[in-house]
Order: sequence, then structure tokens, then C-alpha cells
Amino acid sequence: MITAILLFWPALAALLVLLIKGQGAKKVAFGAALVEFALSLFALSGFNTENGGTQLALNFPWIESAGISFSIGMDGISLLMVLLTTFLVPLIVLSSFKHDYKNPNVFYALILFMQTGLIGVFVAMDAFLFYFMWEVALIPIYFIAAVWGGENRIRVTFKFFVYTIFGSLFMLAAFVYLYLQTPGTHTSNVNAFYQLALNSGQQSWIFWFLFIAFAIKMPVFPFHTWQPDTYTESPTQATMLLSGIMLKMGIYGVIRWLLPVVPMGVSQWADLVLILSIIGIVYGSIIAIRQRDLKRLIAYSSIAHVGLIAAGIFTLNEQGLQGGVIQMLSHGINVVGLFFIIDIIFRRTNTREITSLGGITQNAKGLSIFFMILLLGSVALPLTNGFVGEFLLLAGVFQFNYIYGAVAGLTIILGAVYMLRMFQGVMFGTKSEATESFTDLTLNEKAVLIPLVIMVFWIGLFPNTFLSISEPAVMNLLTIIKR
Amino acid sequence: MTSIILLSVFGIANLFIGFMKSKRILLPLAILFLIVVFGVNLLSWNDTQSYFNNMLTIDNYAVAFTGIMVLTTLLLVPFSQRYVNEKDSNLAEYYSLLLFSLVGAIMMVSYENMLMLFVGIEILSIAMYVVAGSNKKSLRSNEAALKYFLMGAFFTGILLFGIVMIYGATGTFNITEIGAAQIATGGVMNSMFILGLLLVVIGISFKISAAPFHFWTPDVYEGAPTFFTAFMSTVVKTAGVAAFFKLMAAAFAASYAAWFPTMIAITVLTLVVGNIGAVVQGSAKRMLAYSSISHAGYLLMSLIAFNESSASSILFYSLSYATASIAAFGVLMLVADQKGSEKYEAFNGLGRTNPLLAFAMTVSMLSLAGIPLTAGFFAKFFVFSAVLQDSSLMWLVIIAVILAAVGIYYYFRVVIAMYMQPADNYEKIRVGSFASFTLIFITVLTILLGIAPALVSDIL
Repeated sequence: MITAILLFWPALAALLVLLIKGQGAKKVAFGAALVEFALSLFALSGFNTENGGTQLALNFPWIESAGISFSIGMDGISLLMVLLTTFLVPLIVLSSFKHDYKNPNVFYALILFMQTGLIGVFVAMDAFLFYFMWEVALIPIYFIAAVWGGENRIRVTFKFFVYTIFGSLFMLAAFVYLYLQTPGTHTSNVNAFYQLALNSGQQSWIFWFLFIAFAIKMPVFPFHTWQPDTYTESPTQATMLLSGIMLKMGIYGVIRWLLPVVPMGVSQWADLVLILSIIGIVYGSIIAIRQRDLKRLIAYSSIAHVGLIAAGIFTLNEQGLQGGVIQMLSHGINVVGLFFIIDIIFRRTNTREITSLGGITQNAKGLSIFFMILLLGSVALPLTNGFVGEFLLLAGVFQFNYIYGAVAGLTIILGAVYMLRMFQGVMFGTKSEATESFTDLTLNEKAVLIPLVIMVFWIGLFPNTFLSISEPAVMNLLTIIKR
Repeated sequence: MTSIILLSVFGIANLFIGFMKSKRILLPLAILFLIVVFGVNLLSWNDTQSYFNNMLTIDNYAVAFTGIMVLTTLLLVPFSQRYVNEKDSNLAEYYSLLLFSLVGAIMMVSYENMLMLFVGIEILSIAMYVVAGSNKKSLRSNEAALKYFLMGAFFTGILLFGIVMIYGATGTFNITEIGAAQIATGGVMNSMFILGLLLVVIGISFKISAAPFHFWTPDVYEGAPTFFTAFMSTVVKTAGVAAFFKLMAAAFAASYAAWFPTMIAITVLTLVVGNIGAVVQGSAKRMLAYSSISHAGYLLMSLIAFNESSASSILFYSLSYATASIAAFGVLMLVADQKGSEKYEAFNGLGRTNPLLAFAMTVSMLSLAGIPLTAGFFAKFFVFSAVLQDSSLMWLVIIAVILAAVGIYYYFRVVIAMYMQPADNYEKIRVGSFASFTLIFITVLTILLGIAPALVSDIL
């Protein structure tokens, strides 16, 4: 029941927010998002972390004649993703308090509505419900980005929308096919999909149908072309939602709906996927080094980070999968923090060009510290959250093939290069015209950054808090995959 | 049967009421008539009856499709409010023609005899020829009527030719007997039968504007007054596809192998022509005309799936397509009246001036594009699952999927215009109360069916 409340509360709150005129909408939206976070903590308290199966489940018929059910529930992986969502959304809402978006009620209603879609993706245990929620999450973010975005928003967000829908329609076709393969009166339940006995030919093409959908969302090279433009043109909150949470939908989709459903297809194509992912790591990093726009730089760095996660989970070993799960959390936290810091800088200086910034440390000690911590988390320094994830992921990739591991390891070096180069250009050096009268963090900004930084250290120092939640679920999936 | 009688009586009554000076009573009256017919029609549910020596059979299939067509008309009629104030509009005649054409439409979904199918198509079509040209002073409207009439008459001839040949081969007009005749001879019959079958397929394909017999559609749909275009692209299409499936299922099931290649070619061509054609249009109305061709393609997909889910997937698709189209044409009508243009640019800034219109339009565009949370998604979903029951048709689904993604492009042009493009002037469009209520109703229905499709999908 708590799962259903978690799922529907944001949508209900969205309707409520829609009715509020003026800038009061953001406060209500923030309150609603906090309630959602509290609800998710309540769900955590009722969760048995020893159990690898689906818990807190709810199941009732949706389209009865077709055997399609409204089936939701969480295992450890879902729970972590839900917690990430409920943790980040209030912060994302809070981060927008300085912005006065026009039609704020619609803006915040769309954010909350999207949260329902996101949670829905993570808790859906029925293929068609998953697909349904997948698109429900997409529609609001499209409108947020396209209505409140920057100059080229219409063209850019449209490309994003068509690209993702195109991919997900293939996923739908694959789901329909799998559904029709289930015995008896068909069902689209996830466990029924896990038990399908498909031959390797079928698995091979279904793999691609599903992979394209997830790869576009993540995005894996070469399906990433929509991403940098969309991140750059979207309003900061949309960029945070996209990079912090929505991209995890793709990775989660792979873990839940691709690896265990077509394991033979995965082992056929794992090499190719790993190579693509590793190309993504190197390519994303190198382009990030050459970026001058801060938002674009982080966008490309995100391609590199996601490349490593993708490589890790396709190794199909425990380290890879566990690393993928923990790195999803870390990446979500770091990237949201970094985009927020860019937004802070942009609001004060009206520029995101590294060359026209500099010397911010002199005026803003507080900002520098927070920026540095998030950045170090991002380059995977030990004791920070990024280290745990990247270590496990690289260990997983090394186990799979040490040459891949060696190349993927470049991410640590290249990551340090572009991140530190950015920090140097923005924060050190002489003050520029734009940064002359830079002011330090306000209370509101600290309120967003402090929880993020706490999480950076928490995951970095005590990763077991989180790893132990997902471990039984990961082991459970691995037994299904290796059956 | 009662609904056919009632519609005829109401149609004639309407003509007489039209003699009264005030036109104000006509719209509420038409709505009342249609509500009565809708209710009476439902009384025949689960009560199969045959009439006129088995010429017509009112079974659940007929009741369900009649319900959809009457509902569609009911939702469309409020948008005729503009004609109430127009001096030289013949409102009473328009309503009567719509009611009469519904009689034809009902015959098309309940016939048991090929002659009844033919008569039904003619009753429906003749009313359409008239209303296409109802804007007497517009050259485009006259052109549309003439084009539609000439083409329509020609293809009716082809259909009749086909019916006669099948009669020649089997000695009967009754569709069940035609089906039985083939089973007696073990499926496919002689070449006269095959030729007749092909001609019938061509004749009906024309009526539902399936490619390559679609060429009249864009011009006629664009030229005809939008109010009637909406009727043509919804009720006429629903009736046509329902009649088509009934014919194939009852009369030609045994000759499946003979018509399947033709039908699949028509389907693929329709999907391609409709979707690609819609992309290049500059006018929203013409885009909707091409989109109606593409939806004929999706409907034909569930026909060629030809299994037990076909009927209900056609039913659901027709309903979701018809409601979304009515909203789309309705908003277009209101916008075009104010801005004097049917281009995409006419929609600029609508999100700011008329949030309700813009939201209703957005939901209907999302539904037509087949995006979840709207009825259109489940419509496409049911079609694809019906087709995929024969997994060798995967390629057809892939083509349809790619073209559905293309569809998003042109439907979203309207949405983008409404919410993201600046307008020249931000003048609020005045919307009548009936029309507002209808738009809200359609929007709620579309979302409701997008969340709980079982309400309709499970009834057949």
C-alpha cells in the first residue's frame, strides 16, 4: 500500500499545486516533495533488507481480459532508486526558489507529475505498466524543457522527445512480443518474463529492441546526440531532473527488464555494448576537456560516467552490478549538485563560459568548498561517493576483460583533467569583469548543497548502508540471469 | 432497428422545425435527439434480432459501433454553434443530413446482405456529397463536393460491380451464405469470385480513404467546411472500417489467403502515404486530413490481424480516434474562425489566450500520436498486440512503429505552436458553452480511457 501512496501522492499534489496562483506554488510543491521523501523513509523502515525479492507489493487487474495487471512493488534496487528520486526532487524544487518562472503553478505541477512517472518506472513490476510510466515521466519533462528553456529549446527538446519516443516504441514492440510468448492466457508480469524460454535467435533481436530504448535514455554512445543540447537548453531544474534521475531510468531498465529477460542475448552482445560504453567514456571525457560552456562540460562528463555504469552492469558480475547501483546514486547526487553550482554562478554572472569567469574563490569561500567536494566526488577521490562506485565498476570490468578495464580506467585520469581544469578556470586566477562583485552562498543555496554534500560523504565513508540494501536483490537477479 | 427508425423520424421532424424563425432551438433539439438515439440503441445490447428476412442483424457488434458513431455525432454537433448566428446557413438541413447519414452508417455496421451494405453506403455518401458543398459561396467547397461526388460515384460503381460478380459466383447476397459457399468448395472459388472480391475491397478502401484510393481525401477534407470534415473523418471512417471487417469476417474468411496480400499492400501503403504526407503539410487542416489516412492504416492493421481481438481493437481504435479528432477539428474550427487561417501559425499563442482550448487540443494531439495517458496509446497498443499474435507480421509492426514516431512530428507542431511560439495578437477566442462542455468531456474521456481502457476494450 505504501508503494501505491508513494506513486500517487506526487500526482495528487501536482493537481493541488495547479490550483495555486502566483509564486506560492513553489512552497506547496516543496512541502509535497518533502512529504514524499518522508513517505519513502517510511517505506524503507518497512523494508526487509535480507530479502532479495519484491516487497511492499500491490497487485490488482488493470486490463483483465488481457492479463495486464497494475502490479507494483520494490526490491532493494527499486527502493534505492525511489529514495534517490524522493531525496533529489525536494532539493531540485528548493533550488528553483530564486527563479521566478512564469506560470509557476504549471511548472511545479509538471515536476511533481513527473515524479509520479519516475517512481512508477522504478516500482512497476508489469511490463506495460513500466512502459506506461516510462512515457508518463517523459511528457512533463518535455514541456518543462520546451516551455521554460533557452533560445534553441524548441528544436532541441523536440529532437530529444522524438528520439526517446522512437526508442521506446521499439521497447513496446518487444514487450508485446514477449507478452505473447507467455504461456496460457498471456501475462506481462516481470516474473513471467523472467521465466520465458526463448531461443538465442529471439533473444538476440529482442535484446536490440530493448537496448535501443534504454541506450537512448542513458545515453550510451552513439545514441547520445540529443543529450548535450538538451541539457544545455533546458532550465536548470529540468537538467537536474534529466541527469539526476531520468537517466537512471535507462540504467534501471537494463537491470530490471533487459539482463534477466534475455540473458543469452546479453551474453551475445555484451562485448559490443562494453566497447560502445567504453568509447562513450573516452569520447565523453575528451569532448568535456574541450568544452568552454560549463553546462555542456558537465553534460559530456555525464556521458562518460554513464558509459562506465553501462559497462559495469553489462559485465553481469556482482561487483559490476553493485557498483552500477551505487554509482547511480552517486552520479545523481553529484550531477545535481554540480548543475546547481553552475546555476548559482550563472545567476550572478550571467555567463557559463569558463574563459569569462575566474577568481570566484576570493569572494565566495563557502561556494568553493561545496564546489570542491562535489567535484572530488565526481572524479572519484577516495572517501567520496564516486570512489566506491567507480572502484566496484572498474573491478567488475577488469574481471570481464582486463583490456576493457584498462581503457575504462582512463575515466579517472580524464575525469580529473576536465574537472580540475574547470575548477581552475572558474574559481582560481584573477577576477574577471563578471565575477568582480560575486557574493557567497545564501541560506537557501546552502540548504540545497548541505544535504547533497552529506550524501557525498555518507556514501563515500559508509557505502555498506546502501550496498546492503541492494545486495540481496542483485544476487537474486544474478541467479535469474545465470539460470 | 429502433434507432434507425428514430433517426429517420427525427431527421424529418428537424426539417419541419427548421421552418420556425428562431434557429436557437435546433441545436439543443439535435443534441436531445442524439441522446435519445444513443440510449435506445443501448437497449438492444445482448438482444440479437434480425429484420427484413435477414437483411439486417442488430447484434452486439452493430450496437457497439452504432453507439460510437452516435456518440461521435453527439460530440460534434455542439461545434455547429457558429451556424446558429449565420443568416444564410441551413442549420436544420445540416442536422437532418447528419441524422440521415447516421441511418446509412448504422446499416453499414448491421447488414447481413450485401445489398444492405450498398444501400447503407449510398445513404451515407449522398448526404456527405451535399454537405461537402454546403458552403455555397466558397470555390473550394464546391470543388470538394464535385470531386467527392464524381470519385464517390465511380467507386460506388466498382463496389456494385464487385457485389454482382460475387453474386454471380455464389448465387447469394447474404454474407453468411457467401462464406458457407466457399467452405463448401474448400476456400477460394473461381476467377469471377476473386475479381468480385478485389473490386469490393477497392470500393470500400475508397470510402475509408485507404491508399492508393485516398487521392480525393486531402482536397475534399480541406475544401469541405471543417464541421463536416470532422464528420467525414470520424463517423464515415468508423462505419467503413466496421463494415469492412464484418464483410471480411463473415463472407471472406475462407478466402483469407486470396485477399491477404492485397490488403497488406493497401495497409502498408496507407500508413506510409498518410504519415509521410502529413509531415509536409503547411496547413493544420490538411495535416489532419493526411492523419486521418494514416489512422485508416492503423485500423486496417487490426483488420488484417484477422483474429478474435480484431473487432475489439477496431472498436477501441475507432472510439479513441473519433473523440480525439472531434476535439482537434473542433478547436481548429474555433481558431480558424477567429484568425481566418487554418495554418499551424494560427495556433500560435493559444496556450496563453485560451488554456482550455490549448489543453484539449494537446490531449487530442497526444492521443492521435499514441502517447500514454491518453486513449490513443491503448488504441495503438491493442492494434499492435492483435497483429503480433501472428509473429511473422513483426515487420509490419516495425513499419507502423517507425511511422508512429513520424506522426509525433506533425502532431507536435500544433502543440509547439500553441505553447511555445509567440503570437501577433493575444485576443481571446470566444467559445460557446456547448462547445466548452464538449471539449472538457472529450478530454476527460480521452484520459479516462488512457488510464482504464478496459471500460471499452472488454465489451466485445
